[in-house]
Amino acid sequence: MDLFFSLALQIIYGVANLALISLGLAIVFGMMRVINLAHGEFLMLGGYTVVVATNNGVNIWFAMLVLAPLVVGIIGLIVERCLIQWLYGRMIDTLLATWGLSLLFIGIITSIFGASTTTVISPPLGVVKIGEYTSSGYELFLILVVIALLILVYLTLRLTSLGLVARATMQNADMAACLGISTSRIYMLTFSLGAAVSGLAGGLLAPMTGVLPNIGVIYIAKAFITVISGGVAILAGTTSASILLGGVNGVISYVTGPTFGEVALLFTAIILLRLMPTGITGRFFRKSQ
Amino acid sequence: MSISRRSFLRSTAGVTLAAPALINSAFAASHGPIKFVSILDQSGGLDIYGAPMVDATRMAIDEMNEAGGLLGREIELKVYDPQSSIQFYTQFATQAAAGDKADVVHAGITSASREAIRPTLARYETLYFYNTLYEGGVCDMNNFCTGSTPAQTVEKLVPYTMKKWGKKVYIVAADYNYGHITAQWVQKYVRDNGGDPIEVEFFPLDVTNFGPTIKKIQSSGADMVMSALVGGAHVSFYRQYAAAGMNKSVPVASTTFGVGNEHKLISAEEGDGMICAYSYFEEIDSDANRDFVARFKARMGADAPALNELAARSYEAAYIWAEAVKAAGTADRMPVIEALRSGVAYDGPSGRVDIEPKTNHLNQNVYLAELKNQSFNIIESYVSQPPTDTLMVCDLVANPDQSVFKFENGLKAAGIDI
Amino acid sequence: MRLYGTFNGTLVTAGLAIIFTLLAPSIFQFFTIITLTQVIGLSILTLSLALVWGFGGVLCFGQSAFFGIGAYAYSVAAVNFGGSTGAIFVAIFVAAAFAIILGYFVFFGRVSDVYLAVITLTVSLILYSLMRRTSGPEYKIGSALLGGFNGTGSPPLNMPGNASAMLFPMQTFYVSMAFLIVAYVFSGWLITTKFGRVCISIRENEVRTSLLGYDTRLYKIGIFGISAGIAGLGGVLFCVGVTRVTPDVFSLGQSALAIIWVIVGGRATLIGPVLATFVLYFLTASLGSQQLLNANLVLGSILVVFVLLVPNGVVPTFSKLFEKRRAKRYSRLKEHRIKMRKHRSA
Repeated sequence: MDLFFSLALQIIYGVANLALISLGLAIVFGMMRVINLAHGEFLMLGGYTVVVATNNGVNIWFAMLVLAPLVVGIIGLIVERCLIQWLYGRMIDTLLATWGLSLLFIGIITSIFGASTTTVISPPLGVVKIGEYTSSGYELFLILVVIALLILVYLTLRLTSLGLVARATMQNADMAACLGISTSRIYMLTFSLGAAVSGLAGGLLAPMTGVLPNIGVIYIAKAFITVISGGVAILAGTTSASILLGGVNGVISYVTGPTFGEVALLFTAIILLRLMPTGITGRFFRKSQ
Repeated sequence: MSISRRSFLRSTAGVTLAAPALINSAFAASHGPIKFVSILDQSGGLDIYGAPMVDATRMAIDEMNEAGGLLGREIELKVYDPQSSIQFYTQFATQAAAGDKADVVHAGITSASREAIRPTLARYETLYFYNTLYEGGVCDMNNFCTGSTPAQTVEKLVPYTMKKWGKKVYIVAADYNYGHITAQWVQKYVRDNGGDPIEVEFFPLDVTNFGPTIKKIQSSGADMVMSALVGGAHVSFYRQYAAAGMNKSVPVASTTFGVGNEHKLISAEEGDGMICAYSYFEEIDSDANRDFVARFKARMGADAPALNELAARSYEAAYIWAEAVKAAGTADRMPVIEALRSGVAYDGPSGRVDIEPKTNHLNQNVYLAELKNQSFNIIESYVSQPPTDTLMVCDLVANPDQSVFKFENGLKAAGIDI
Repeated sequence: MRLYGTFNGTLVTAGLAIIFTLLAPSIFQFFTIITLTQVIGLSILTLSLALVWGFGGVLCFGQSAFFGIGAYAYSVAAVNFGGSTGAIFVAIFVAAAFAIILGYFVFFGRVSDVYLAVITLTVSLILYSLMRRTSGPEYKIGSALLGGFNGTGSPPLNMPGNASAMLFPMQTFYVSMAFLIVAYVFSGWLITTKFGRVCISIRENEVRTSLLGYDTRLYKIGIFGISAGIAGLGGVLFCVGVTRVTPDVFSLGQSALAIIWVIVGGRATLIGPVLATFVLYFLTASLGSQQLLNANLVLGSILVVFVLLVPNGVVPTFSKLFEKRRAKRYSRLKEHRIKMRKHRSA
């Protein structure tokens, strides 16, 4: 029984992890139909922000929860103004440009910090006992953060006037523009917000995985697949796809070892896309956000 | 493989080889500088290993040149960066052998890179040194492997840690040739010492989430974990293992932890108590080593990387080659090979090293060390260990005309019971 | 939109390439020739992407998947057959067949462009992770070991029908150039056929084309399969040049490079991407011998700059400039002639 709980917790953590790394990408994709291939590098930049800040004596919680999203959000803002805004409506070109951006970020970070960084931050919060099994307290904390983050995004979209305007732009940008909404500003804010969420995710994951200039490459494929499988609805899509793919990955990983866990995840996604070419939310939960 | 490298070499040897080889000996022989080429990754995923190796090689060559060069000739060092990509390895190896007409090439980190360039360098008759610890099994007249092999390190590490921690061993290893073969050696030595290798698990090099495995280790009742994990992503294992509080109850020993300076990447609490085995540690307590470390730090300044087996071996390999050139009186390939195989030795920072002539591997000291506060405390040392694993399958004295990698198909195919 | 170049132009370029091939040994050093052999493999990959993307309008982000499948299929088949001639055809066939099966899933699923890009990318990432998981002696096809992360050795080419007569590096270079020229002429010819023209019209407007009665899905699968076969051939020559194939052929970086080369060379030409491959490959390789700039940094900047400022690529931009100038000169001449005529008649 203890093993069961401990395992269930592990799988929930896997799901939360997937949702965390995908949410920033989902926001940008859902609102703007922009597939940001530099998403992995936003996560990486978040991680580096935390490492640099804590190495300079900043409190780790402040660095993870405030500094990382702030810094990466500002970087996202700059990227949107200098690059993305010229490419709206040219989906393929956006894909290519953000890919170039991702290589560029990896190059810059490698030039500054070298290929490996001395990161001496370990996950805080100690150990939680479940019967005779132990789990990391930090993993529990991450699960809670992901739930909070999802609720926060939901409430923002649902209750604030910014959320209303954003949803209007998402549904029909031209009509929104006719009603006097500056869609360009909404896009700018959305992109920057998506980047900030990615930065937060990267910062939170840094103590668990450490940081490397090319760690984004490890995340990007999974985040990508989760978002595409989920479809355009930000919350319902990310959540449903994370549960499905994270669950498959967790179970298969435990049964056969990680060798086939990730392959199973990718295969599930491909089959899913053949059955539902517009993602889960393209078929179900169409009215959701 | 039905077309073996040997038959390929034999068939091409006649024509293609003749030309470059002739040029090599006719022009380069006694004029101009001696050419020393180093091909090691300084960018891409493997640069945490490659960069210190290059630094150490540069230091060795600079020191030799300051001391007047070799045989009165200057040594010209050329360093290529293959950017962690196999195609550049082949390209630069061809360039070094056919273009630069190098007298010796020191190259390769992964076994894949070694296997990609070994045939090329054999084809162009260019002496080749491979200075990385690896799974053992290369049997090649032209190729000297100076890194430690499992029989030198694992054989010492397994009995020591089993006596200390218990007989049930959980093995985690990187999912590629090195990991698989090292895991097989670990299983063999665990069984030889009356223990039980309860589980072997392999991880692709890009895995960062070790949660499910850590749960499995908890439920398996293991006494200790033996890790042959490799690379930056796998450092997450040690972090997550410590975060789950496991490092206190089921301790970890490793054959790979520390060569990428991983012990500087995780905190003291996460790493303390881990036991590793290598043929060199920065903390070795000898005059030669203290001097070596001081010179390296002085040269590299504030951002000097920690010294590990890879760096020390690159340095010592350059020197043992130089000793052989001095003994042979020429930098030509065959006389230098003869000299290397006839007992040339070098007293380096890791102790005395010399070439074992049946395998062209290195007899070297081996040390066990425990990690404490991000540095290693040496707890055991073993003098001049032979590469017994490769000796089981390779005898270049009896059959010198060989150029094969015996463990490509695993240990069973090589006739070793595990 | 005017079709760039004609088949005559293709033949002229092919002629120049033949002259280059014959002159190369006396211009370049031996090791440069060996490097060129590897690059030829990559340039065929770029050529195949230029064909399917520039003329079929299908952005395949995972073109390197077919390239890698070709390389692995060749290595496995050559080891099992004990000779390279049949293995080359096996490689081309396997790559094309894989693409056709994949194409059935995506084109008959009516997956949109962007999703297609994502799916092809995912497929190549799956192959990347799968091949990296094949370490250990149990993963064998016939007598060929797959080798996981370390990859497997690729036997050299041999004379057709005589497996023991291996080609020398110089001969391998000639054979590779011959394959490149054949693939180039074939692609150039293909886009002038009816099939090619339908593909181009699908690129321009898929709905209109299907309203004209063409089953666009079949045409797309067709060009997808053909380009995959060409990519497979590129994989063969590449792994022969490197002497080894590793899972890195499926990596994100390999796919990125092919796309960058096509973008820089120009999407709507065939020769542009091929030339870009040669130039940029030697640029990247030379970045490896210096420590000043990070290779990723340079490649990333090139991609961003080209997408923003030169979206059509170098060759089309230049040929457009050239055409404008020619048009201007022509009109000036014409004006002059008319003036002269008026002058004469006056």
